[in-house]
Amino acid sequence: MNAAHAVEARGLAKHFGALKAVDGVTFDIAAGEIFGILGPNGSGKTTTIRMLCGLLTPTAGTATVAGSDVTTHPDRVKSAIGYMSQAFGLYGDLTAEENLRFYGGVYGLDRDLGARIAWAEDRMKLAELGGRLSAQLSGGQRQRLALGCSLLHRPQVLFLDEPTAGVDPAARRLFWTIIRGLADEGTTIIVTTHYMDEAERFDRLAFLSRGTLTAYGTPTEVKRTFGENMTLEDIFVQLQGSEA
Amino acid sequence: MNRGRLRAIVWKEFVQMRRDRATLGMMLGVPVMQLVLFGFAIRQEVRHLPTTVFDVSRTQESRLFVDRLIATGNFDLVAPSPDYAGAIRAIDTGRARAAIVIPEDYARRLKRNEPAHVQVLVDATDPTASQSAIGAAQLVGQATSVEILARRAGATVDPGATPLDVRVRPLYNPALKSVLFIVPGIIGMILSNILIVITAMAIVRERESGTLEQLIVTPLTRGEIMLGKIMPYVGVGLVQLTAVLVVGYFMFGVHVRGSVALIYLMALLFIIASLGLGLFISTLVTRQAAAIQVSFFFLLPNVLLSGFMFPREAMPKAAAWIGLLLPLTHFLQIMRGIVLKGVGIASLWPQMLALAGFSAAFITFAALRFHKSLE
Ligand SMILES: Nc1ncnc2c1ncn2[C@@H]1O[C@H](COP(=O)(O)OP(=O)(O)OP(=O)(O)O)[C@@H](O)[C@H]1O
Ligand SMILES: [Mg+2]
Repeated sequence: MNAAHAVEARGLAKHFGALKAVDGVTFDIAAGEIFGILGPNGSGKTTTIRMLCGLLTPTAGTATVAGSDVTTHPDRVKSAIGYMSQAFGLYGDLTAEENLRFYGGVYGLDRDLGARIAWAEDRMKLAELGGRLSAQLSGGQRQRLALGCSLLHRPQVLFLDEPTAGVDPAARRLFWTIIRGLADEGTTIIVTTHYMDEAERFDRLAFLSRGTLTAYGTPTEVKRTFGENMTLEDIFVQLQGSEA
Repeated sequence: MNRGRLRAIVWKEFVQMRRDRATLGMMLGVPVMQLVLFGFAIRQEVRHLPTTVFDVSRTQESRLFVDRLIATGNFDLVAPSPDYAGAIRAIDTGRARAAIVIPEDYARRLKRNEPAHVQVLVDATDPTASQSAIGAAQLVGQATSVEILARRAGATVDPGATPLDVRVRPLYNPALKSVLFIVPGIIGMILSNILIVITAMAIVRERESGTLEQLIVTPLTRGEIMLGKIMPYVGVGLVQLTAVLVVGYFMFGVHVRGSVALIYLMALLFIIASLGLGLFISTLVTRQAAAIQVSFFFLLPNVLLSGFMFPREAMPKAAAWIGLLLPLTHFLQIMRGIVLKGVGIASLWPQMLALAGFSAAFITFAALRFHKSLE
């Protein structure tokens, strides 16, 4: 494999009975890149990410994440990645700090657990929220807490499934500042989104539509393939329209 | 198995348990409440059993005997019965709880120094009440006998033959279960029912709330998740056991005749078997409501077939066989053996082996069924 690639997907497919949720996608993601997966509802974004995280077994194709094959070495993949699911996946009946403590323990942090929790609270701007039950946090606060939990063990690759859905613009901007900082420090970040204004923030992106890749490259490259005057938003609408 | 990861998940379960006050209260309160309810229900109405009399003899002697029974305070007269069937019917319909049947030759036989037979029928569905009634009837029978003997003093009597023979026939509950019998049963029922439901919900709840997905992408292994979910509830089970034993001792005078340490050892096995079953259930269903339903599916056989309510010896063969498939059946035999008879480990190993087998089987099934993926 190419050492420079944090993620390699080769003909990756997932079928649920007759439904081809993901139908043979191939892409590479370079280390330290912010990679966007865009697509309308039901296009297979979550399914793709779940296969890359070892949550679903691919029907066909292979994928390596952080140098390990997701089907043959899921345990190696799991300790190298961080994952934030589309739904809030933390414990609402634990406080923010307890959630951090739990995930730190689960990722095997021991002596530096306290230091990492302090780092996460500082970096994710959670300092005053530590004692609050996470069910009582706002959308943006929850999202930063979940991000903090998934980063405690210093993952090489971070998967974020619609992290900014339902979050206000100010909170989204704060979130993206944090993400950019992480990428600059070398973390590879894969993000799915519906928001077209966010697409410009990606180093490269892939459009998924009905389980297949319809466009793939840097935002500029993608725009070029569809015509110079098109915004990404136009392309998105056009791709979505061709589905119906 | 990584100690740090296991510790994290056990700690998390405890924090959640502490925060869920309602469930915590249920887990600790219900066992004691059930015991108290059962215990008092059984102890009530020990005295003043409504009693019908079928007196064929209709003599002074027979009326004297009935008067003596009434004087014990255990029996209250209701309308007399015209015949034997009428006396039984009175008990069946609940009009009476006991019936005194005095045969036609009662007075004649007493006068001839022959043993006279009196039958006291007691509705034994309520064990403690019937037991004291039976005791009273026998006591009166004996007292009357002694009196008759004394009156005949001087005459040569066959020393073995008591002149008045009160035959007490307990109806409907030949085993005569008492609170002593109930307490070990309640311990088993409660441990099994509460623990099965709670663990059955454990994984399903995480699946429903979306936390399972986040848990599965961590390096936690299947074994760590299973064990981490079970361990806190082993503690809960032991606390429940202690609560019931303590309340049983102080409120109902249930003394453990055998080794208390042995009870805890056996209960530990039984708790693990119940938790394993709960976990297994939680891998079969995807909704909490379904988890509860499947757990309740075990409730009825536990009550009916384990020997908790009905003696297993009297069951049809098939029912008794099915009962053997319930961990509770074996645990009840163990508990009654230790609490009532003071039996030691030497005669309990078949049941112990059964419980160990159940534990191993359920946990293996659960681990096999629980894939560390979302499929
Ligand atoms: N476990 C499953 N069983 C059956 N079908 C599934 C399963 N998971 C997803 N699907 C189907 O696969 C298709 C792709 O779903 P997926 O969740 O990957 O879409 P998505 O792009 O993430 O959509 P959204 O933007 O709404 O999150 C959908 O039609 C969905 O209904
Ligand atoms: Mg999705």
